[in-house]
Amino acid sequence: MARAIEQRPGTTMVEAMRKLRADAESYQGIWSWLTTVDHKRIGIMYGVTAFSFFLLGGVEALLIRLQLTTANGGVLDPDAYNRLFTMHGTTMIFLVVMPLSAAFFNLLIPLLIGARDVAFPRLNAFSFWVFLAGGLFMNASFFTGGIFQGKLGAPDAGWFGYAPLSLVSTGQGIDFWAFGLLILGISSMAAGFNFIVTIFNMRAPGMTLLRMPVFVWMTLVTSFLIIFAMPIITVALFELLFDRLYGANFFNMAAGGKPLLWQHMFWLFGHPEVYILILPAMGIISEVLPTFSRKPLFGYPFVVLSGLAIAFMSWGVWAHHMYTTGLGTIANSAFAVSTMLIAVPTGIKIFSWMGTLWGGSINLKTPLYFSVGFISMFVIGGLTGVMHTVVPSDYQQQDTYFVVAHFHQVLFGGAMFGLFAGIYYWFPKFTGRLLHEGWGKLHFWLMFIGFNITFQPMMILGLLGMPRRIYSYGSGTGWDALNMLATAGAFLIGLSILVFMINVFVSLRRNKRAGDDPWDGRTLEWSLPSPVPPYNFAEIPTVRARDDFWHRKYAEDEQGRPVPIVAGGAYKVEEEEGEEEAETGHGIHMPSPSFWPLIAAIGLPIMAAGFIYQESANLLPMIAIGAVITIVGIYGWALEPASE
Amino acid sequence: MSSELSHAPATLETTSTGIDNRKLLMWLFLASETLLFGSLIAAYLLYRNQSVVGPYPEDLFDIPFTSVSAFVLLMSSVTMVLALAAIQRGDQRGLRIWLFTTALLGMLFISGQAFEFTEFNREGLSLSSNLFGTTFFVLTGFHGAHVTVGVLILLSLLVMAFRGRLTRSQSMNVELAGLYWHFVDVVWIAIFTLVYLIQP
Repeated sequence: MARAIEQRPGTTMVEAMRKLRADAESYQGIWSWLTTVDHKRIGIMYGVTAFSFFLLGGVEALLIRLQLTTANGGVLDPDAYNRLFTMHGTTMIFLVVMPLSAAFFNLLIPLLIGARDVAFPRLNAFSFWVFLAGGLFMNASFFTGGIFQGKLGAPDAGWFGYAPLSLVSTGQGIDFWAFGLLILGISSMAAGFNFIVTIFNMRAPGMTLLRMPVFVWMTLVTSFLIIFAMPIITVALFELLFDRLYGANFFNMAAGGKPLLWQHMFWLFGHPEVYILILPAMGIISEVLPTFSRKPLFGYPFVVLSGLAIAFMSWGVWAHHMYTTGLGTIANSAFAVSTMLIAVPTGIKIFSWMGTLWGGSINLKTPLYFSVGFISMFVIGGLTGVMHTVVPSDYQQQDTYFVVAHFHQVLFGGAMFGLFAGIYYWFPKFTGRLLHEGWGKLHFWLMFIGFNITFQPMMILGLLGMPRRIYSYGSGTGWDALNMLATAGAFLIGLSILVFMINVFVSLRRNKRAGDDPWDGRTLEWSLPSPVPPYNFAEIPTVRARDDFWHRKYAEDEQGRPVPIVAGGAYKVEEEEGEEEAETGHGIHMPSPSFWPLIAAIGLPIMAAGFIYQESANLLPMIAIGAVITIVGIYGWALEPASE
Repeated sequence: MSSELSHAPATLETTSTGIDNRKLLMWLFLASETLLFGSLIAAYLLYRNQSVVGPYPEDLFDIPFTSVSAFVLLMSSVTMVLALAAIQRGDQRGLRIWLFTTALLGMLFISGQAFEFTEFNREGLSLSSNLFGTTFFVLTGFHGAHVTVGVLILLSLLVMAFRGRLTRSQSMNVELAGLYWHFVDVVWIAIFTLVYLIQP
């Protein structure tokens, strides 16, 4: 299919674009999605897939809560409980929050920097297919333990997979977990490379680094964290697999190995990972708040530099997860100080967001509800985090529900609220329809109230001494009432997600057309039609200021208040200039669709399954088959022309 | 260079930084790889002299032999540079010769490693024998796998060169392979020094 329209004599640019749009409209059906390299379609696939995993992880959470509702609960046996909390954590982190962030990277980065696509469209498709393959592979572990006899086979050593627990775990659950994470790591790293190159190299003229929207900055920082953190967990997982499958001794105490090495490597990856999860949500908030306060972001350079500072410091705080392992006073104190310091740039961001709201002309729409929800919940999460930096206090809280409450406060109250703010904010840009405000606010209040009555009781339970990762507790502990409350809250969250799904379903069919700029936005994507055409920008814009689109719409009066620019103003002239340029432009080159990334991705889980079962079922040929598929995919990819 | 760029396809349009997209990608990839090898080397150093049973490094290492194979790998970096210089001045014959030589030296290194592995294995060292075996085989094995991938890339380029599909305007392909190849070389210098030469 020809998707590259060359400028030919007698063909105007407008006709060329019309042709491209017609092409895109005729380009439908399953095959078009399997071979797409369009960043917007890939973003939508990321979002839908991650949301499906979110439902799965949510059901796992509800089962855990059902088990803990009352003392001596009988819903799950201990074995199933271990597997479910392991899969819940792994799913929510690697299959929900990371890919939902990746969905926003994909949908938005080219639009926000004024580009037609990412730097490597096929690598982008590869990232998605590998993510899907890894997610399905990981969840396939449920079926390995004899599901028909009612036994789950999923991993059971927690999302952190501490050695030696992960070594002595029988069955294939941990192997699936480790290979699944390796596959997902490939996906994340490929996306990380892609977005760094895109952000550095594909910016529109005039889009200097310090004019980039904060979301772009946070994507850049997150991508750097990903490409440096993932190799560490990769090595740790390989070491674990060598130990499990080939009798290596990395974590084998009998041979002198140190299980603590796993914890160091895991948290050296794991703490930057925490910021990989939260920084994109912070970027989303930094776009939503200015739009709905009708003010520029307060302290833009400080927000950006705080993001960078957080990223650098995140490499020096990992041992605060390990105070109780006996690292010694010096190490504990050093990590306590570095962890307290990292709260400073985080605090700067919070104050910048509040400064953005302060004195703004507030437009109270659903995205703003979720953003303010993010700020309030994240502050509680951050402050309880600061409590953990104090070593003696942490000794007390280690492995209690206080920790569980803390990180849910950051990852759900923070990351998920931020991501929902983004969904409500940008939904009209990619679907052409607004999400319904009434359903949206109902969703927010149910989720906000549900969230608080789930996790605030857990804070108290933790301080009362309820340990985490236990499948049951005796009566007479005094934990019953608060646990009952937490379970009720969890189901309220579940209800709120149902409301969200109804909202999406109804709004897509019924709600009014959004128009190009429903929120009076500030950044370049709002200058485009909704939904965005396949080529994004008919003419690559020239950027003259931070929040360029806002300045094309508004000038300032003497008091600095925005005044709409009347028709025939400066912007109009620029537009005419732009059209003239278009006449002499080089035409629009769009990357061709390709199925090679999908092929290359399919080989990976096949190889992994071959490695896991090669001894029990002699599946050595399976490794070869998987390897051949992936290599064929890579060669096909390398040899086909990127665009016609 | 600039005259060639103007004939390049649209994907090579000038970038915001002026650095080619693929080159930037390769540098980022290599930066990320330093963490991979850094973690593996850290594990090796952490477990140095911690094995509770033999065989120990001093029983096995044949420094003169490994020095020769390290020399072979280092020389392959020189031939890689010559291959890139050849394609950049449009010397197809030189390109083929030097690509072939580089791949050959790479394969020679791999053969040396295969010989070393079997030799050590014959003397009782395996992945599971002790901590030394575990960390040594995994670290050098990962490096060997990287060299193997490099050889495959070089051979693919060689096939393209013989089919006339690797012309002067596509010298970036050779440059990228070169970056990867030099990186793998540098990693070997670190491994050779830390694992073989510095014996506590």
